[in-house]
Amino acid sequence: MDITRRRLLILLPAAAVAWKYVQAGTPEAAPNYKMTEHWWSMLIDIPKCIGCGSCVRACAEENDVPEGYYRTWIERYHVADWKIERPDVTSPDGGKQGFPPNEIGGKNFFVPKLCNHCADSPCTQVCPVGATFVSPDGVVLVDKSYCLGCRYCVQACPYGCRFINPKTSTAEKCTLCYHRITKGLTTACCEVCPTGARQLADLKNPKDPIHEFLRTHTVQVLKPHMATGAKVFYNGMDGSVR
Amino acid sequence: MYPNEVELQWSVLIVLYPFITGLVAGAFILASLERVFRVEAVKPTYRLALLTALAFLLVAPLPLQLHLGHPERSLEMYLTPHRSSAMAMFGFVYLWYLMAVLLLEIWLDYRRDIVVKSQTTTGVTRLIYRVLTLGSSNISERSLHIDERLGYFITVIGIPSAFLLHGYVGFIFGSVKANPWWSSPLMPIVFIFSAMVSGIAAVMLLYMVTTRLRRKEIDIRCLDTIAQYLFYVFVIDFSLEMLDLLQRIYEADESFRSLDFMVHTRLWVSQVIIQILLGTVTPILLLGLTQVVSLTGTLRKRIYTLAGCLTVIGIFAMRWNVVIGGQLFSKSFLGYTTYKMAFATREGLLTAIALMLLPFPILWVLVKLLPPWPDAGSVPASGATPAHGTS
Repeated sequence: MDITRRRLLILLPAAAVAWKYVQAGTPEAAPNYKMTEHWWSMLIDIPKCIGCGSCVRACAEENDVPEGYYRTWIERYHVADWKIERPDVTSPDGGKQGFPPNEIGGKNFFVPKLCNHCADSPCTQVCPVGATFVSPDGVVLVDKSYCLGCRYCVQACPYGCRFINPKTSTAEKCTLCYHRITKGLTTACCEVCPTGARQLADLKNPKDPIHEFLRTHTVQVLKPHMATGAKVFYNGMDGSVR
Repeated sequence: MYPNEVELQWSVLIVLYPFITGLVAGAFILASLERVFRVEAVKPTYRLALLTALAFLLVAPLPLQLHLGHPERSLEMYLTPHRSSAMAMFGFVYLWYLMAVLLLEIWLDYRRDIVVKSQTTTGVTRLIYRVLTLGSSNISERSLHIDERLGYFITVIGIPSAFLLHGYVGFIFGSVKANPWWSSPLMPIVFIFSAMVSGIAAVMLLYMVTTRLRRKEIDIRCLDTIAQYLFYVFVIDFSLEMLDLLQRIYEADESFRSLDFMVHTRLWVSQVIIQILLGTVTPILLLGLTQVVSLTGTLRKRIYTLAGCLTVIGIFAMRWNVVIGGQLFSKSFLGYTTYKMAFATREGLLTAIALMLLPFPILWVLVKLLPPWPDAGSVPASGATPAHGTS
């Protein structure tokens, strides 16, 4: 659709109204975003990840992530021959600055990690005051103004995705860049990924390419035995990944 | 390991929390032996056990409070609890136990003494006792009989409540499915029995110390009975823990290799040496010795003192190994972290020591206010019936 001057003048006031609601933390009330029409997830295409660390840097920049903590990170796996149960896994500074040269031999690959935005998330189950919750559009969020900082959610997350922000003393984690996706943007990590290894996906949108991808590829989630309803799907994931 | 796991989340203060609640539950269960199961021999410790339970229960929330990132929001757990959270529901279990069981039972048991003292003392002391009567000054025979019946009823409810209190602490850990070191249906049961062990040992030691401080004679029959119960409960507790260990070793699931390495390295001293050898096997052998060999009273007292001290240390080590041990390994089972305890910080060693000592001055105040000694409990009162059985 071409944006003419006339059309822009019509769109701007509508966008201003929507922005007001997003700022107020009630994006559902915004005229152009309905929470119940989305069910957000992410697709990680492992063979495409080159471990450049752009996603980790972008996330830290976008979300003001404190030094030494990670809302997303990259792990490099080195699996020597048949030792599938004992891989060597490294993640120097969460992979923020990339990785040193590969070890020779065996199998080497990168696995980006982030909150799995579980539908049945153990972290929301254990929160004593309900400060962490699953939004109607499927994103696990933390209300910083309500969190006690008891750290039970950090203990309950099987994936090590949570930490306590030393500045706010509250639990913190990936929000799937909620402030962006509710405005029709993609997440910071997906935005900067040079190979398209990360793809934001809306499972409720029938036109989203995720549906075709899930139908035609062998896709897994992390630790399926935890039965958390994880919504970050991994394509091409090796059995050694945990 | 996952990079966010480098930092340990729950410090020594969270070790104190199950340790202290365990002492509370164990002390109460010892007290209930006399009240419900009519074990007359332990009568000298009945009131002391109740006051010990109260002193420790009052301190129990403090380590949690100090640990919170936002302690000013802690009341939200009561005002807007998240019903699916084990931790949120613990707040209500705690309140139930404190208000409906322990305080009520102590008040009913001491009511006659409180009323008499509110009439016989003067000044501020009189005012304190008058407040403690809660406006009820009727100590007629019929009224005291109702107190006795109600007290018995509350103790009967109190036993499952004490089990619930500490079983629930075990559940808070045992229900974390992400952590294989904690996640076990046996956890609440092991916590209950270890609580009984630590509570009984603590009251036994306190009884010996306070009797000596009062320059009175220790009732050896009472001590023998307590030691006998301690021995029985300890054997059950140790068996349960060994069953859990055997199950883990034989099953050898995906976490086993990682946990096994941790026990053989980082937890070797605190678990194998202190908890199992010094804190469990030694006191069981010592207590077992007193059951099968005829020893002099003095020797038995010395053995009970040693066994009691080792038991309390062993149970503390058990709490340490559960709480700290459960955070030393990565949930990826690939890597470990370490716990470096700070000294003079909010969650440091100094705070932990202060919190561990705090119940003792509280107990001292409680003992001064409500003397638990059999020889001091019966306050003479004109027109009042003799104190009931527990005085």
